[in-house]
Formats: sequence, structure tokens, C-alpha cells
Amino acid sequence: MTREQRLKAINAELKKRILILDGSMGAYLQGFGLNANDYHGTRFTEHPMSLKGNADLLVLTRPDVIKKIHEGYLAAGADIVSTDTFTANPVSQAEYALDEITRELNVEGARLAREACDAFEAKDKKPRLVAGAIGPTTKLLSMSPEVGDPGRRDADFDGLAAGYKEQILGLIEGGADILLIETITDTLNAKAALWAAWEAFDETGVELPLWISGTITDRSGRTLSGQTVEAFYNSVRHAKPWAVGLNCALGPADMRAFLADLSRVAECPVSAYPNAGLPNAMGGYDETPHSMEEHYGEWARAGLLNIAGGCCGTTPEHITHMKHVVGGVSPRAIAPRDTRLKLAGLEPFTAAA
Amino acid sequence: MTDTANPFANFVIVGERTNVTGSAKFRKLIEADDYAGALVVARQQVESGANVLDVNVDAAMIDGPAAMRRFLNLIASEPDIARIPLMIDSSKWEVIEAGLKCAQGKSIVNSISLKEGEAQFLEHAKRVRRFGAAAVVMAFDEQGQADTAKRKIDICTRAYNTLVDTGFPPEDIIFDPNIFAVATGIEEHADYAKAFFEATAYIRSELKGAHVSGGVSNVSFSFRGNETVREAMHAVFLYHAIRAGMDMGIVNAGSLTLYDDVEPELRERVEDVLLNRREDGTERLLEHAERVKGGGKKRDTAKDLAWRDKPVNERLSHALVHGINEFIVEDTEEARLAAARPLHVIEGPLMDGMSVVGDLFGAGKMFLPQVVKSARVMKQAVAHLIPYMEEEKQRTGMAGKSNGKIVMATVKGDVHDIGKNIVGVVLQCNGYEIDDLGVMVPCDKILARAKEIGADAIGLSGLITPSLDEMVFVASEMQRTGMTLPLLIGGATTSRTHTAVKIAPVYAGPTLYVSDASRAVPVVQKLLGADRDALVSETKADQVAARESYLAGQDKRPRMPLAKARERAPQLEFAPVKPSFLGVKSYAEYPLEELVPYIDWTPFFASWDLIGRYPDILQDNIVGEPARALYKDARAMLDQLVAEKWVRASGVMGFWSANRDGDDIVLWEDEKRVKEKARFFTLRQQMDKGPSSGAKGNFALADFIAPNGTPDYVGAFAVTAGIGEEDVAIRFKRANDDYSAIMAQALCDRLAEAFAEAMHAKVRRELWGYAAEETLGYDELLAEKYRGIRPAPGYPAQPDHTEKRTIFDLLDATKNTGIDLTESMAMTPPSSVSGLYFAHPRAEYFGVGKIDRDQVEDYARRKGWDLATAERWLSPILAYDPLIAKAG
Repeated sequence: MTREQRLKAINAELKKRILILDGSMGAYLQGFGLNANDYHGTRFTEHPMSLKGNADLLVLTRPDVIKKIHEGYLAAGADIVSTDTFTANPVSQAEYALDEITRELNVEGARLAREACDAFEAKDKKPRLVAGAIGPTTKLLSMSPEVGDPGRRDADFDGLAAGYKEQILGLIEGGADILLIETITDTLNAKAALWAAWEAFDETGVELPLWISGTITDRSGRTLSGQTVEAFYNSVRHAKPWAVGLNCALGPADMRAFLADLSRVAECPVSAYPNAGLPNAMGGYDETPHSMEEHYGEWARAGLLNIAGGCCGTTPEHITHMKHVVGGVSPRAIAPRDTRLKLAGLEPFTAAA
Repeated sequence: MTDTANPFANFVIVGERTNVTGSAKFRKLIEADDYAGALVVARQQVESGANVLDVNVDAAMIDGPAAMRRFLNLIASEPDIARIPLMIDSSKWEVIEAGLKCAQGKSIVNSISLKEGEAQFLEHAKRVRRFGAAAVVMAFDEQGQADTAKRKIDICTRAYNTLVDTGFPPEDIIFDPNIFAVATGIEEHADYAKAFFEATAYIRSELKGAHVSGGVSNVSFSFRGNETVREAMHAVFLYHAIRAGMDMGIVNAGSLTLYDDVEPELRERVEDVLLNRREDGTERLLEHAERVKGGGKKRDTAKDLAWRDKPVNERLSHALVHGINEFIVEDTEEARLAAARPLHVIEGPLMDGMSVVGDLFGAGKMFLPQVVKSARVMKQAVAHLIPYMEEEKQRTGMAGKSNGKIVMATVKGDVHDIGKNIVGVVLQCNGYEIDDLGVMVPCDKILARAKEIGADAIGLSGLITPSLDEMVFVASEMQRTGMTLPLLIGGATTSRTHTAVKIAPVYAGPTLYVSDASRAVPVVQKLLGADRDALVSETKADQVAARESYLAGQDKRPRMPLAKARERAPQLEFAPVKPSFLGVKSYAEYPLEELVPYIDWTPFFASWDLIGRYPDILQDNIVGEPARALYKDARAMLDQLVAEKWVRASGVMGFWSANRDGDDIVLWEDEKRVKEKARFFTLRQQMDKGPSSGAKGNFALADFIAPNGTPDYVGAFAVTAGIGEEDVAIRFKRANDDYSAIMAQALCDRLAEAFAEAMHAKVRRELWGYAAEETLGYDELLAEKYRGIRPAPGYPAQPDHTEKRTIFDLLDATKNTGIDLTESMAMTPPSSVSGLYFAHPRAEYFGVGKIDRDQVEDYARRKGWDLATAERWLSPILAYDPLIAKAG
């Protein structure tokens, strides 16, 4: 299947049913009990610092493990798997002194996911999509790192965009089908990623659909940088997203209200992949596959969902249950295009037509 | 503005006062670098009802891109301003881009045009779209600005078609068909307003979806200085423009006058001019203007400052809730003069205001940046009161007295301190002395400070999940070092359950969870007052209940029985190398200069809250400057310390014949390997690593030593670089030079670690000699890229501190080095390191993790302890609660 055929087929599915995205990389990885040697592999034995915990590096040092994770989710029924490249950008990788291999990480991350998907596609001829995962980096463009110095920034738009471009070029080269800009805590970071995507498209002549997923950090209903859901949507709407959604930070119970806000305004498919609950007192996650299933079922029946998946703490078991419960429920109807002038600060503003 | 009869109901008001070309006041603020003042102007625009904020910093003496960046970054930190969208306004494209790169929302660019041709226009339009903005399109082409209705219509039509053809959304196009000054005395200008109305009507009916905006105050330019006439002209202009379809305007949001409110005679004369109805219109308006001059001083922006008319207490509360610091000092002063004591201002209006903030935040009606701002205002108010409170203390002889001293810190690894700052302020306000150690504070620093100042309690804060473990560690260290003072736990990530289940059990002193700032005062009052015993026993009972309910509902993490874990021990092959000697070798007065190259500077910076890897940290654009200054001071002191031998370094190490016996390591008297000299006890990982391919088995340190039959060896060491350290610190402190005292201690710490590293290198290459050819650079050394390990008791591979006793006895360490071991197994001087040496090529550092009762019982039996003793020393790694296990 070529990328075009696959996208065409998946877009047709998107009209018929709720698609399934995979679950977390982290929760699954823990079970493998990897140690420092796994992360360093043979290539980075001489690396001047410990690489343990750099999960994205595993695409080079333990590709077998990452592929196994993708396969686990595909077997659980995922239509879309996201690449192990959430922190494969120069800003995050610089903390491991590995910014130099950003592109390589993304090429391999996408390639591994594609390989796993190809095997499943070959079996049943159904499309499996690779979403190139693009995380928020460790810097914020809209907030000061220092309470007493609110005007300060420790990163700038051009720097982040340049890094994102390197990542995206790698994802395109490795065979990603779509780009998933996710866990957006600061919309300006996401804008830099979008900017970079278009530059990469200009350069390669390949244009991938853009999937944008924001993160509401607490019950105030705001992103970390202070935007409401609708303001966030207004601020990324220019990307003509393939899908827009919410992920991470909240569990399904707390995400519901904000998902409903987004679902009301989004003129494209809506995705949701919450955490398996809020971190509990012990820092773990409490939602079981069964308890999460109920939320997804209710969302689907309420017409809020086009794509469902899981974030931190979710496992293939969660995905299996999710697929089961949303199966047969009609996907959310896409909101018609609103032709009013829609602006946003931290809050949305819509001018009369 | 919600009234539908209001002509402005559907009109988008773009606040214009933050535009240097339109506001001299704003220009002066920006030129004078007074950004705080500039923010006040912006806030006034929002409070006056602006829907969008126009920002323009185009002035000759201003660095446009820098000023735009700075102002927009500051606005981003003011939630009540950043609430509304921005209009990024400049005649220079580079300034517009600088602004777009600082705006997360969907803004409006003002402006783009065909002035420099179609290619440039389309390029700008493309970039505008990629930044996710709408655009004001000026009626301006290669020939110049459009002045007649026809030119305006022609240019706008051309621009519209060009944009829409490339996919630019029509609703994101906002035409500015140019508002020019009328009544200038020049005949050609007479039709300017009328031309605008005509063009507007055409655009709105023919160019579907597009909007019309403009800078309204231009129209009255010839009446500068006469606000009455100007406002009348704006009101009448807007009335006609809105009727023609204008739906957005750059106006002074604070002084919009309604058409009907304009005095009728003036209104008629203005209308004559705008609609060019009479030849003598301009003269008649000028004549009228002379009459009303001076009589119409600009209206007060009464609405936005209405809260200023309220009583002072309400003003303080308003300022706190809205994070307004503009009047806080004067209001605080007014409240102080009215209050009997300065403290009453804090306890009364300020605390009331903060509790409103707390309630709103708790209810999700305020979010973090706003709370931060409130805290900032609170601090400014308190700062104003402190000198008066000090003065009062002096006067009443209460100086130096306090209700109690509390050391507070955000634990290591965490940088969040807002909540802690608030609690600190609140407690200070209630007469407690707060010693706030800041953020990223390592455990030893907290404990040392608590001891140093004789604290009455310690307060720990943290927001991120890993801080939970650090708090447990601090509590266990308090236990280990024999402290008894109360420990307060707070911060977003903490909970009653976690405190009860994980923290309280490792510390025998009172351990209390404080859910929020409002709880801090009553808890501390009871704790440091007469009600202490009641509170402590009440808390203990509550924590027992919390533990029970936690355990009842707990999903046990998978661990395997000890026997099974032992089966899963790694099966290593052994080819031991015999050390160059067996027995003990001591190094009195090891040359300090030889240790310097082994210093790992990264933790040194971390000990000063400067986070980053050395040497990169010196070039860091945030902490680089303080890091360089600190490093310079450190190197200077280090040179002096080494040259003048302020401290002495001494060490001892030894090797013995050894074999593994189960999870123990037996040390033999000699190579005959018959008579046991000593025994090291090790602990085994019990976590169920699952069947996955990555897992390598369940480790214990004993696994790295060969069993009977293969002659193997183990080593141990104890080194210090702190002999004399305390005297140095005392000397500096007597001179009131805390900085140097801390510096000296930090350097001794680093030298001790360097000593351990240097000794280990010597052992590998020479004394044991199993890696004689090893050549490693500085970074590789620090990254431990060599064969063999030197685990220290009390660390994850051997969490039992008491193994130090065996090391010390074997090495006769106290006699050979001067290091003492306290009852709680702490080494003094603190700048000391001790541990074991393992040479096996596959030896690696690991964490034992949590262990079950079967292993604790086994370990106790091996060590000759009763179970309670074992549980005490191993408490941080117990996978169960000993109290509950016993009861059960």
C-alpha cells in the first residue's frame, strides 16, 4: 500500500467508524526492565553521560523492543501507531548530548513503526497508519522559566522551529504517514512545529496530514500556557488539521468536559487519548481497562469521538477494551465550517459575520 | 456591550492606546524602558472593553523587533491582558514577524498590502497564514495609498481576489480602506470620510466574508488638543461607518462616545464635515471648536478604576485577586495607618484577599499564572510592612522573638515553589521565622540548616511526582540522623495517603500533611503550642487509618519470593585477578593537588542550585553568568585551600580473599580460605521483572563474587578530604562570611568524591591491577566507563548503612583516616566516602528496590538482628508496613 492509498483508505474508514490509536509507550516499556546497557547499546558505550531513560534512543539501541511494542498495539487492534519519537527533537535530546542524531532517531522511529504496520497490512489488507509523534520539547515559548522575570524566555520560535524541521524531515524520510503534534502545553510551541512542517513540506515536496493534540493541564480547563480549549483550537485552526484532539495530563473523567468543548467547535475529526486517570498518591495510574472502557463508551455514544487512544499508563489491554466498546458506534459528525472571523488570546473571540 | 440596541454590539473594538504612533504617553513609556507602565496602559484597554489589543512600537529611537518581543512576552505573563487577541501592528515586516513569534493565540497582523507589488504581498500573506493570523489589508498599491472611493474599491477587490485565489480564508481578511484626516483646509481632503463610507459599503456587500477596519482617530487629526471635538468626530464617524458595514475599529476603548450622546449642534457640524454636505463645513466646525475648547477635558476612564473608590480593605482584596500591583504600596500604607498594628493589615485584608485567591484557584476559576501574580502582589505588600513590624518589635522589646523557626524547602529535583512561598508568607505573617532554602534543595542542606538554626519544624514542598520519593528520603534521613522535630509535608503532588503510607512510617517524629496554605497556620500553631500532643496523637491515629484503607485497597506490585529471586540471580563466569597485595594500605595526607583533576564539578553547581552539566553550564545563557562567577570564586578558593593545606585528605583501602556464600560475601583470613575474617551481607532485588527479554535477572552484590572453589577477592575503602573542614567553616562564619563557609564545605565534598574516584583509578590500574592499560579521559571517568564498581552502603545497591561498620573495622578506618562513624552510621567529617570494590567485568550499579518480609527475616537472621532492628535499618526499602504486618 502506498501512503496515498493508505490515507485514502483510512479517511474512508474515518467516515464509517471511530478509529483506534495506540496507548502509551512508557507503561509498556517498563515491563521490559531495560537497564543502562540497553539504552547505550553497543554504539553509545563511550557516551559521556548516562542515556538511561532516553526512551527514543531505543529505536537505535533496542529496535526489537520498540517494534514489539508497536506490534502489541497493532495486535490489540490499533489502526494508528505513534512513533517512539516524542522527545526526538534537538532541544530534548541535547539533555543527553544526542541532539546530533535527531534526524536519525526520527528516520528509524518512523521506519520501525512502518515495518510493524506493513506486516499487519500484509496480513489483512487493512490500512495501518504511522503517526510521527512530535512532542512539546522541554522549553516553553510563552512562559518564563523564572517567576520573578516574566518577560524572560529560554527558547525562541526560530530555534524550536529549526529543531522541529529536523525531526519532521526524519519522520518523512522514515515513512510516517501523518504528523502528530501532541501533548501541546504551549500553543506557540505547536505553532513552531507547524511552521517547521510546512518548511519541510516545501523542501521535500511531500505533504503529510497534520494532527494536533493539546493538553489541558488541570481542571481550570486551560493549557499550561493559559489557553482555553476553544482558544487553542482557534490558534491552530489555520493548519487545516486532519484531526484535532486532547491528550495526556487528565484522566477520562476530567477530560470529558473539555473534549465536549472541542467537539462542539472542531471542523475536523476529534481525537481523545487521556491518561489512565490522574497520577494517584503514589504516582501511578488507577484506571483499569474496564474502568476506562466505560468512559470511551459514553463519549462515543454522546457523539464526541472520531479517534480514540490512550496516553500515560495505558496498555494494549486498555486498547483492546476501547476498541471493543466503541465498535459499532457511529463516529462524531464533523462540525460545519464556521465562516466567522475567529481570533484568540488566552480566550477565544469570534467576530460577527 | 451586550445590549443589542448598542451600535457597538457587533463592532470589534481594537484598543489603540498601546500604539506609540497614536499615544505619546505610551511612546514615552516604551522609550523610557518603563514596560511596567506600558502594561498598565494595556490593562486599561482590556478593562475598558477592548476586544483586541493593538500593539505598535514603531518609533525612531526604538529597536522595533526587540521592543515588540519584550512587550508581547510580558503581556503573555499577564493573564488579564493576554486574555484577548493581539493586533500586531507595524510598518516594518520584521517587527510583525518578531511579534508573531511571541504570540500563541490567533492574532491579527496590521498590515500587509500591494504597496511593494504582488509577489511581496503574497509572500507576506503566506507567512501570515503559516503563523495562524488574520490580516489587515491596507488599500495601498504600487501607486500609493487609495484616497478616492474608486481607488479604494479597486485595490481592495484586487487584493481580495489575489488572496482568495491562494486559499486565504476570506473571513481572515480585514480591509483598512484608509481613514484620513478631514477638515484640514485642503479641498481634496473634503471627501475622505465619505469615500471611506462608500468603499466600506462596497467591500461588505461584494467581497464576501471580508471585514472592514480602520484607525478612527486619524479622521480628527486637525483637531489635536481639542478632545471634545475629536470624540464627537469619532462618534459620528463610527456611526456612519458602522452603518456602512465597518465592523472593526482601532479606537480608544476607554472613551467611546455614543452618537446620541454628542451634543446636537456639534454633532450636526461634525456630520456636515464628514459627509461633505456644505462648502463652509470646516469653518463652521472650527468656529464651534473654539467655543468648546478647554471645556471638554477628556472624560475620566471611570469604569476601569471604579474599584479605586471602594474602602481600602476591598481595594487590597481586589488588587490581590486581580494581581494588580500598581497601587499596592499606597493601599497597604493607608491600611497600615488605619490599623492598630502593621500585623493586623496582614492578618486582615491581605489574608482575606489571599483566601479568596485560594478559593477561586481551588474551584478552577483562577489558574496558575494568576495565582503567581497574586503572590507577587502579596509579597510586595508584606515587604512594605516588614520595616514597620521590625520597628514595632524594637520598640516593644520583642525584637528577635518569634513564635518559632521553620526551615522550608522545595526538595531536590523540583523547582516549583509558589505554594511554598505562599505558605512561607502566611506563616511569616503569623510571627513565625521562616528560613526558606529555596528550590532544588538537597536533603543534607535542609537537615543541616534545621540543626544550624535550631528549627522548630521542617516544611517540605514539591509539585512533581519524583519529589514524593525525595520527601521519603528526607524523612528517613531525619530518622537516621536522630532528629525529632516535626516534619510538614505540602505541595501539589503530596497527599494525606502518601504522607501516611510512605513518609510518616520512616520517621518517628511528628509528620503532618498540610493540604494548603490556609491549613498551615492552624497546624503550626497547634504543633508549636500547647496543643501539640493532642495534634500529634490525632494525626498518628488518622495516619494509621489512612494506611489501613490504603493497604486494603492496594494493588500489590509484583515481587517474587526470595527463593525464586535467588534462582533468578545472574549466572556469571569468573576469571578473577589477584590484587597486588592482600591486607590494608593507608594514605595519610594524600596530596590534595592530585585530587583536583578528578573533581566532578557538575554536582558542585547543583549544590548551589545552578543546574547544568559542567563545563557547558559556564556558557549557559541562563545560569552561565552566575555559574562563571561561582566557578571563579571556587577555583580561587580551591587554589588557596590546596596551597595552604586548609584541610587534609587521608584514606585507607584494602583487599581480601573472598567467596560468595549465598547472598553473603565471606572474607577469609588468608589465601587458605578456611578461617572467616569477616562477612558482608547483601540484599537481592525481588521485583518481578517479567518474562521480557530485556530483564537480566535479580541482582545482589554477592553475585559479582565467585563461589567457593574459585579464588576471588573483594576490596573496600574509606577516604576523606574533610579533616579540618569544620574549623575552616567556623572561621568563615565568625567573620559573617557564610558564602565562603558554604563554598569551603562544598569544595571539601567535591574533593572527597574526587579522592574516591582517584583511589578507584589507582586500584584498577595499579593496586588491584586488573585494568593496567586503562586510559580514560575526564568525562569517561565521570561517566564510570571503566571495569568494576565501588558501591557504598546506604546507596541503592546496598541500602543498609550498617555495612559501613564492617568496612570501618576491616580497614581500621577511624585510626587510619580520622573518619568517625556516628551511631546512625553517618560519617564525620561529612566530606567522606566509603564503599566496596568489585572487579568483575559485569559488575554494575543497580538498585535493590523494595523487598518483602521474607528477605528481611532472612537478612535479620544472617546479621544476627531481631526483625525490628532489620526493619528499622531497611525501612526505606520495605515493601510492606511493619506496623500493619505485625498487627496482621
